[in-house]
Amino acid sequence: MQILITGILLGGVYAIIAVGLSLQYGVARIMNLALGEMLVAGAFAAFWFATAQALNPYWALLVVVPGGFIANWLIYQFLLRPLVRRAKNRGQLEVDSILATFGLSFTLVGIFLWIFGGQFFNYSFLSVPVELFDSRYGQNRVLAFAMAVLICGALWIWLNHTRSGLALRAISVDPKAASLVAIDVEKTSAFAFALGGAVAATGGLVLSTFLTFDASIGIVFTLKALIIVIMGGVGDIRGAVVAALVLGITETLVARLIDPGLTLAAAYVLFLLILLFRPQGLFGRSQS
Amino acid sequence: MNQSTLRWLLVLAVYGVLAWVPALPDAGGWLSLIVPMTMYIALATSWALFSGPTHYISLATAAFYGVGTYILAMGIEAVPYPLLLLIAALAGAVLAALVGWATLRLSGVYFVIFTLGLAELIRQVVTWLQNNFGGSRGKYVFTDITEAHIYWQLLALTLIVFFVGWLIQRSRLGFAIRIIGGDETVAKHSGIHVAGAKIALFMVSGAVAAVVGAILAPRFVYIEPAMAFNPQLSFMVAIMALLGGLHRLWGPLMGAIPFALVWEFIAANFPEQTTLLMGLAFLAVVFYIPNGIAGVMESWHRKLRANQEVDHG
Amino acid sequence: MDKRIALEVRQATKKFGGLIAVNDVSFEVHEQEVVGLIGPNGSGKTTMMNLISGALPVTGGYVMMGDTLLSELPPRKIARAGVARTFQLVRVIPAMTVLENVMAGATFGHKRLWGQALRVYSQRQLERVGLADAAEQPMSNLTYIDQKRVELARALAANPTVILLDEWLAGLNPTELQTGIELIRSLRDEGRTIILVEHVMDAIRSLCDRCVVMSSGVKIAEGSPAQVLSDPQVIEAYLGEDYE
Repeated sequence: MQILITGILLGGVYAIIAVGLSLQYGVARIMNLALGEMLVAGAFAAFWFATAQALNPYWALLVVVPGGFIANWLIYQFLLRPLVRRAKNRGQLEVDSILATFGLSFTLVGIFLWIFGGQFFNYSFLSVPVELFDSRYGQNRVLAFAMAVLICGALWIWLNHTRSGLALRAISVDPKAASLVAIDVEKTSAFAFALGGAVAATGGLVLSTFLTFDASIGIVFTLKALIIVIMGGVGDIRGAVVAALVLGITETLVARLIDPGLTLAAAYVLFLLILLFRPQGLFGRSQS
Repeated sequence: MNQSTLRWLLVLAVYGVLAWVPALPDAGGWLSLIVPMTMYIALATSWALFSGPTHYISLATAAFYGVGTYILAMGIEAVPYPLLLLIAALAGAVLAALVGWATLRLSGVYFVIFTLGLAELIRQVVTWLQNNFGGSRGKYVFTDITEAHIYWQLLALTLIVFFVGWLIQRSRLGFAIRIIGGDETVAKHSGIHVAGAKIALFMVSGAVAAVVGAILAPRFVYIEPAMAFNPQLSFMVAIMALLGGLHRLWGPLMGAIPFALVWEFIAANFPEQTTLLMGLAFLAVVFYIPNGIAGVMESWHRKLRANQEVDHG
Repeated sequence: MDKRIALEVRQATKKFGGLIAVNDVSFEVHEQEVVGLIGPNGSGKTTMMNLISGALPVTGGYVMMGDTLLSELPPRKIARAGVARTFQLVRVIPAMTVLENVMAGATFGHKRLWGQALRVYSQRQLERVGLADAAEQPMSNLTYIDQKRVELARALAANPTVILLDEWLAGLNPTELQTGIELIRSLRDEGRTIILVEHVMDAIRSLCDRCVVMSSGVKIAEGSPAQVLSDPQVIEAYLGEDYE
């Protein structure tokens, strides 16, 4: 039971990051391998607020959300759109965007290392236990989970019950058809990409309230987000949330019962099983 | 004598000269520079054999390399050395086949992600096995293999890689893979076993990387997982091959030589900035030299020829 | 007709999620026959072609060629069994020469040549479609129509028993259309079976021995071109229900 709840609390935060990636990959159709670095940037911002300013790290939201949005919008406009325009086919765009975002990822890690150095960072925030079902959990983790529910829920409502959300969903299904019904695909894609980046940066902020991080940890979370998105089905927010919880629980199980050094290996085994048996995602319909 | 025989004789002549490097005065210094370079040439060329025509970016090099290293480290006291190289090649090929079977039927993104994590997956498992069953974290490798031996072996391996690549280009497999790279649907409807062809090529590059790992293991007396399965190797190999150009067999060579030299300089002078510079190198290649140095050289060559024709006409 | 059945489609069904693209369609194609698969846009013709060539798996029913159950084979095995196809939107490989594009059809499939034999044989296929001189040109130099001819040459290079042509005649000018029709006829005369999806009515009338008409995923008529084109149900399907 304790493992289950710890896993769910962790999975909730994973869900934020995966939803960010899902927005970027599902709508803008760019696999952004530098997403983890947005997360690290969010974590550093929270760290700075919590330590240098001695404020509640959630104040960093004021910087992280608009900052993440603008930074990712710029990345899309100036780095990735030229590739989209240049690409002769989908395969070339895929290769180019993988390489370019890897390049971006390394560049950002390099900059973080330069500014902050290679050591581990953590700060203490609300690390008081709270009792749930006869076991104790950190208040920071519970608050993080609440944030995850809030963010994913808000995005879910926005996507399904507003006009602009509908436009995003239309593009994720069929960009050509969407442009026929007067949706500005380029603008909306840029918006989705920027929003996805902002969501991931927020995820980093939330994560930093209970997890130790360093400059180069981003790629680990990029990987986890990718595994979740693939497991949940590309562009499927509900699927991503369920997959994030599954991953959170699996990792916690393996860490507690076998060895904490094997968490990523566990995530990979899960990934492999999905690839072999349900490559279309947990809830995806089987296609040709 | 036809053109390709002539070309091979030339290549052999160059190899004949290169084989004398260990006889140079101050050979140690030369070797410490040229051994990594030869290693990168073997890795980048075999990487491009698969990734060039298929457009799948493989980041599994470190995984294969690490497996090769470990096979040598575990077996060196019990099994004859040449046999170990063979086992490493087989293990690399089998691992590649398994990974390929699981991922190559799917899109490129899945493949990149999976290969990226593969080295980390194996590293975690090896570490866990060693901690729980092996007693110690690392493994000592004591042999009488010298730096010169390693160099000659790598040199021979690069020759084999070039020869195998040349054979593949002229084979049905090579033709099949070009068709797959052009249009997978056409390939399927022309009777090509698409997944099989991809897996076959991936096995070649996996086997080579594992052998490279095994050959280099004696260079590091103490083998531990974090070093054997270092993901940076995968990225280095990919960037070198891309920098050189994937559409020619000799392309990755043109990337590996300058990049290995520049990297040596960077690692010595700006050890703090390696990650940043690697990122910038990736961006530069994607945005400014998408066809690699080989592509640039070919377009110069074409321009030069066009100019000459104008002069003569 | 006393000719043997070359291809049998029995109760073929294809669903995409909730959408039924092909619904319980059955027909037969005899040896040395040209059968037109016609119907309004979105009626499931191309999907039907994809079911026969294995590009899509069937949801229900089956496709049989002789004793071979095609519908359970992957596309490469269907190609090896002797079914070749062209694509509605031309698919050629721009990075290769014209001859290499044709060679692709004769190397791995029903016909498995290599080396000099492959080159000579493929060159001969190019001659058939009237592109002998373009052999060494890069594919990207060719016009759209010539690319279509290369595609046909590639399909022919497999020496197929059944050829699937998906709107291969679309976009040709009247002279080209005439040559095209004669070419397809000559393929039938040398013993091949041809199924074509087509909108060009002149071609259908002069070329097809029989037509299968589809509308909204179901077969609504079958018979000679004259027969089906005067069928009121077919006219209604083409012109819409508002037509009185």
